[in-house]
Amino acid sequence: MTEEATATQVRQEIPITVHINGAAQSTAIAPNVLLSEFLRDHLALTGTHVGCDTSQCGACTVLVDGRVVKSCTILAVQADGMSVTTVEGLRAGSVLHPVQEAFRAHHALQCGFCTPGALMLAAGLLMDNPHPTRSEIREGLDGIVCRCTGYENIVEAVADAAERLAEEVRPHGA
Amino acid sequence: MTLAAFAYQRPRSLAEAVEAMAEAPDARWLSGGMSLLPMMKLELAAPPALLDLSGVEDLRGIRDEGDFLHIGAMTRHVELARDPAVRRDAHLASLAAERIGDPQVRNRGTVGGSLAHADPAADLPAALLALDAEVEAVSARGRRALSVQDLLLGPMMTALEPDELIVAIRIPKHTGHRQAYTKVPHPASGYAVVGVAVAIHEEGGRVRQAAIAVTGVALKAFRAARAEAVLAGQAVDQEVLAEAAGLVCDGQDVLGDVYASAAYRRQLAQVVTRRTLEGLR
Ligand SMILES: Cc1cc2nc3c(=O)[nH]c(=O)nc-3n(C[C@H](O)[C@H](O)[C@H](O)COP(=O)(O)OP(=O)(O)OC[C@H]3O[C@@H](n4cnc5c(N)ncnc54)[C@H](O)[C@@H]3O)c2cc1C
Ligand code: FES
Ligand code: FES
Repeated sequence: MTEEATATQVRQEIPITVHINGAAQSTAIAPNVLLSEFLRDHLALTGTHVGCDTSQCGACTVLVDGRVVKSCTILAVQADGMSVTTVEGLRAGSVLHPVQEAFRAHHALQCGFCTPGALMLAAGLLMDNPHPTRSEIREGLDGIVCRCTGYENIVEAVADAAERLAEEVRPHGA
Repeated sequence: MTLAAFAYQRPRSLAEAVEAMAEAPDARWLSGGMSLLPMMKLELAAPPALLDLSGVEDLRGIRDEGDFLHIGAMTRHVELARDPAVRRDAHLASLAAERIGDPQVRNRGTVGGSLAHADPAADLPAALLALDAEVEAVSARGRRALSVQDLLLGPMMTALEPDELIVAIRIPKHTGHRQAYTKVPHPASGYAVVGVAVAIHEEGGRVRQAAIAVTGVALKAFRAARAEAVLAGQAVDQEVLAEAAGLVCDGQDVLGDVYASAAYRRQLAQVVTRRTLEGLR
């Protein structure tokens, strides 16, 4: 390949619009920017953590069009036209999401490094399957690695979050 | 980890995709990116250009075509796992898709990408081999069909030309066949140390058709022809199953590595095959 061709590639910028936590973000971006880099470095949404950066650990998990995705293994340009929810967008205003409440109640974190990914994974799993069994929760949590290995409390928290979410849908007295 | 620069295009149709490839012959197709992007990060691949297939409508969807199911190449693992038609008519494909990686990987990874990537420990190749599936491929030179058997040449090697893309897979319906996929995952990678896919069709208490395919054990997924032959025509009992299972690696160069020696893997494949067959009874 000629140097000129390389230079053209480096300069290629692609217009994208990604809806992030409810707000449309329009920009022109180089194709080699990962969604994790777009979130953290371009938008300062540093709640999304990058652990392994090789799609193994799940710390970078976000919701893309409602489905859990590792943001270190999708290009920002691939998310063009899609809706992304990061941990910053999980709560509604000042009210924590039931998954966050449950993580707090069950002490489902130690150092907290994997927690943004664990929260997003849990939220995504419960959207997909609102009444998971214990074994479905464990299988789903295959999508994160917690280096503090506090899985037991994470499982408890997800089970509790499922109940809290069911309560929200069916409030007392309804 | 910033990826090396590359050019990017998202063609809107199959014709546009084929044309873009003709103009940038060193480009690579990008589907779910679950294998290609990690390879680029590890500098095992450095394509000058990526052609993102997610905008090509022709690669999507699952259709009933009479005796076959037509499964678009961009079908995600999660869709394959859950689709009611696939679960009814080609259950084995769903069972294998369910066992791939983790939820995030199943949400992005695609059937076409998995077959084209041809990892020797991947799950779908075994299931699709056992189901006698066929691949439909397209390039500027036209369209062709090839069996999954003929597609898989070796580790990360397929019979696809560099500019060819998988459009769909076609699976002959296996409605009513008894099917199972058993996987012993590697504890770190989650890929199969041994994966055994079985589809058995019985009539009047005898096996009319037996398909057994194995992944993770050799340099590519394979059909266990001798084991299948033992089952064919038999009224299956414990003894027949054990004999068939004992022959599952027959003629194969079984892989050994730090985690599983060749002898261990062969033994594991035999035990897993016997249990899978027993589980179908
Ligand atoms: C953490 C992790 C765990 C995993 N675990 C498993 C597992 O347990 N079992 C398993 O089977 N797999 C596993 N995978 C791999 C996963 O199944 C991938 O989705 C799959 O191998 C590739 O599909 P893709 O759509 O992501 O392809 P891509 O990564 O987009 O592409 C892979 C290759 O195929 C080519 N290609 C893509 N689409 C086409 C097409 N339509 N026609 C021709 N060529 C094409 C690309 O150019 C590239 O060379 C895992 C992946 C990760 C990241
Ligand atoms: S940082 Fe993305 S999976 Fe580990
Ligand atoms: S809480 Fe420390 S990595 Fe999970």
